[in-house]
Amino acid sequence: MKRFFVLLMLAIAGNARSGSDSVEVEAVLKRDFRPRGQATMDRVPQDGLQRLCTESDNKPPPALARQLEADQMKTIVYPQGSLLGDWKNGERLAQGGRGLTWSDRAGGPNDGSCYNCHQISPQESSYGTIGPSLLGFGKKRGNGAEAQRYVYGKIYNSKAYNACSQMPRLGHSGTLSAEQIKDLVALLLDPASPVNR
Amino acid sequence: MRFLVFLLAVVAAPGFAQDARKEIQRYQQMIAEGSPAELFELEGETLWKKPQGPNNVSLERCDLGQGPGVLKGAYARLPRYFKDADRVMDLETRLLYCMTTLQGRSREEATRRVFGNDDRPSEMESLSAYIAAQSRGIPMAPGNTHPKEKEAYELGRKLFFHRAGPWDFSCASCHGEENKRIRMQELPMLAQPKYARPVVATWPAYRVSNSQFKTIQWRMNDCYRQMRMPEPVFASEATVALIQFLTVNGKGEPYRGPGTKR
Repeated sequence: MKRFFVLLMLAIAGNARSGSDSVEVEAVLKRDFRPRGQATMDRVPQDGLQRLCTESDNKPPPALARQLEADQMKTIVYPQGSLLGDWKNGERLAQGGRGLTWSDRAGGPNDGSCYNCHQISPQESSYGTIGPSLLGFGKKRGNGAEAQRYVYGKIYNSKAYNACSQMPRLGHSGTLSAEQIKDLVALLLDPASPVNR
Repeated sequence: MRFLVFLLAVVAAPGFAQDARKEIQRYQQMIAEGSPAELFELEGETLWKKPQGPNNVSLERCDLGQGPGVLKGAYARLPRYFKDADRVMDLETRLLYCMTTLQGRSREEATRRVFGNDDRPSEMESLSAYIAAQSRGIPMAPGNTHPKEKEAYELGRKLFFHRAGPWDFSCASCHGEENKRIRMQELPMLAQPKYARPVVATWPAYRVSNSQFKTIQWRMNDCYRQMRMPEPVFASEATVALIQFLTVNGKGEPYRGPGTKR
């Protein structure tokens, strides 16, 4: 923690201009934005990671990136038992895009919005390309305990593996439940899932 | 009517997503002689000339930057700094200013329904269509010399890259790299003139997918919705700064809207 704090201070001191930029932008957002539905104003202040990623143009110095990732890793809560859920429900979650906007119902149910950015099952040809293709993911990466733990963690908190990843922290942000993440793990890893057939 | 029939045919067609782009191009060809945007332009002309508000006057004396009532080329030179308001304004912000000053309407009343739906467009949407149409063929040349114009551009740039909210998004999360898509929708890399130019030259626009006319203020609003952020206030400095950033990045392109989009 102490080391992290020192690094944080170094990062901010070394980039003072952009540091004040974030403060300025945050003040503008507080002044010019209003709460609507579930999108309340407590969403405006940046957390430490968002600030450091913004200020470093998403390229923090390697030592700082490792420390940020280690801190994010500590947020991941793994459920007891198998991490492989139901791939069919995983596919439904991957297709859907509900969750956390001011026009979505507060409290869910939420989806994963996965196809917005990733190719996943070969049957779905309408997929985004902001994230990598996940076609054949389980076949390529294996589907053992280690792979399950990685995929669960990556969905729960993508920043634990890549500090300034553009992927939302779907578990950490409260978007998806443990059961839902397990279903998405199955979509990527279950041999019966269309992703791996 | 012909376009409605065609639209239904497109939506019903199998493989809509893959063929969407081709179909929209075909649609755009088909309607070249009678764009649905024209209906909004006509309604906008009526609203421009209609006496309204406590002062019971029309907007015909509204100065959009080229002098009171001058519409030819006005849109292509926005956003810009206005001395009377001492701030940078985009078209919709300026229209709101004229509604409150000339017509004597309250800000609350004039902004009660800035974004319409498929049943009924908003006053702002129709006015935007009418005014933007009178810049067709004129290169986009937003103000970019006044210190407040430069300030707005800088603020817009910072907002564009600022990550916040429960999903950690900035505008650049979707619009920061070349050749990316969300589902089948291609995403312009808006900090790059090459990609910003065709965008700023075609907003505001008629949206084929929901039969609505959409303005640039709406575009900012709906991006923030999808970023899971609270709602930007209509015509706020933040929205104008982003529009300033995008428009300056896309300057030089002859305006060819109000067009049609997916």
